[in-house]
Amino acid sequence: MEIKATVGAEATYQAALKQGRFLIQHCRDCEKHVFYPREICPHCGSLSLAWMQPAGTGTVYSTTTVRRKPDAGGDYDVSLVDLDEGVRMMSRVIGMAPSDVKIGMRVRAKVMDGTGLVVFEMIGGGQ
Amino acid sequence: MSARDLRGSVAIVGVATIGCGEAPGYSDIELLARAAKAAVDDAGLTLQDIDGLCSASLNAAMWPLNVVEYLKLRPRLIEGTNIGGAAFVAHLMPAMLALNAGVCDAVLVCYGSSQRTATFGRKERGLARNLLDPSPFEAPYEPMNPPSSYALIAARHMHQYGTTRRHLAEVAVAARRWAQLNPEAFSRAPLTIEDVLKARMISDPLSIHDCCLVTDGAAAFVMVRAERARDMQKAPVYVLGSATAVWHRQVSGMDDLTVTPSKESGERAFAMAGLGPRDMHVVQTYDAFTINTILALEDLGFCKKGEGGPFVENGAIAPGGRLPVNTNGGGLSCVHPNMYGAFAIIEAVRQLRGECGERQVKGAKTAVVNGNGGVAASSQSTAILGTEAAL
Repeated sequence: MEIKATVGAEATYQAALKQGRFLIQHCRDCEKHVFYPREICPHCGSLSLAWMQPAGTGTVYSTTTVRRKPDAGGDYDVSLVDLDEGVRMMSRVIGMAPSDVKIGMRVRAKVMDGTGLVVFEMIGGGQ
Repeated sequence: MSARDLRGSVAIVGVATIGCGEAPGYSDIELLARAAKAAVDDAGLTLQDIDGLCSASLNAAMWPLNVVEYLKLRPRLIEGTNIGGAAFVAHLMPAMLALNAGVCDAVLVCYGSSQRTATFGRKERGLARNLLDPSPFEAPYEPMNPPSSYALIAARHMHQYGTTRRHLAEVAVAARRWAQLNPEAFSRAPLTIEDVLKARMISDPLSIHDCCLVTDGAAAFVMVRAERARDMQKAPVYVLGSATAVWHRQVSGMDDLTVTPSKESGERAFAMAGLGPRDMHVVQTYDAFTINTILALEDLGFCKKGEGGPFVENGAIAPGGRLPVNTNGGGLSCVHPNMYGAFAIIEAVRQLRGECGERQVKGAKTAVVNGNGGVAASSQSTAILGTEAAL
């Protein structure tokens, strides 16, 4: 998926998210995927980075429950998710108690309406 | 010329800490100035002798300017690189290079923070920092940093190697037991493994006792070339090895959460010193969180990767254990004023001078100091120090 970028990678990424599309980059030269969005490939230095839609599936690499008082919104999950394309991102696994999020769990990305935030939900019954 | 040629060419000849714990009514620069003066006195020098400055602050982007003006220095080396709490360990190498090149003759490394008692609150400072230096791909998920990043690291280490919360608690309890032998330490009340396990959770698997203190404090030390150090009033502590490594900034940018850049900085520093972990009499890690000490022991080669948990079991790094680690009580129980690196160096120097009273490691001739910085073990700086006997 090509996006005519007239702004930097970060703004391009955010603009796509606002339209509900979660994109990562793919290097045409070294064939590796890149996240977070960059101007040059961190693997080979190439300027030839193309936008693409990831499969959206991934695996929880690590997870923590951030403790917060109930009146401030209660505990929440912060996880690192490895997308199947081989890139890692910080995110939140939703739809379950934060303490039930486990390393190794298979998850699928979802762009939150309104906020444009990429979050993840557990796939089926987990691993 | 190689790094090896610099081995032992420079010594730390004056040290001081001040305001460890609470120093109400003092500003960062006031604490720093008092520590600087005391360190220079300890070296038998005056501030007018100082012609090299290394300093950094989390609150001012051009901090060396503040220090130069306040102390009215005219330094020929001005080194303000800030890689987080490891900075003051990392400053050893540029100071060594400048001293050896004859650019300057006496370098002051100094730091001060009144973060605990400052009237301008920690919360506001944190918000201001996030505004000036955003993390657009992490901040929306509200990690409570730095604890959440180290929690993610700890969780992965536990998953991969079977490390337990009890292992982490061993680190906290060992630090407290050392602190109980150190009159300067801020937290000296009894602490048990059960206390740590039952404590309020901050970001799982880390409880409040797995996190370093939030204190005031200032630290300073003075470095000169070795030939000059021999004639000074305190026994010189030589820099035998120094290396720094930075691999990432954020936890999401860390390739393997169980391996820190200490793997690289440790290997390089030990190679420069011509020594290894088995040759070390004292170990000062930067225990921002309990997991840090376990990672440092593994990455520096005191045990194999994944065996840091079992390594610290049964009081192994506490007083009377097999390896003296963080003998001042560390960031967990002695002092942690935002950035701790200089305090770790100074505790190593005091051990090598034999100034540590009840907590003295008898006959200590070598020490390794491992600085940690950033919100996710992002920067690591390793120093190997030794007495004249280790040269």
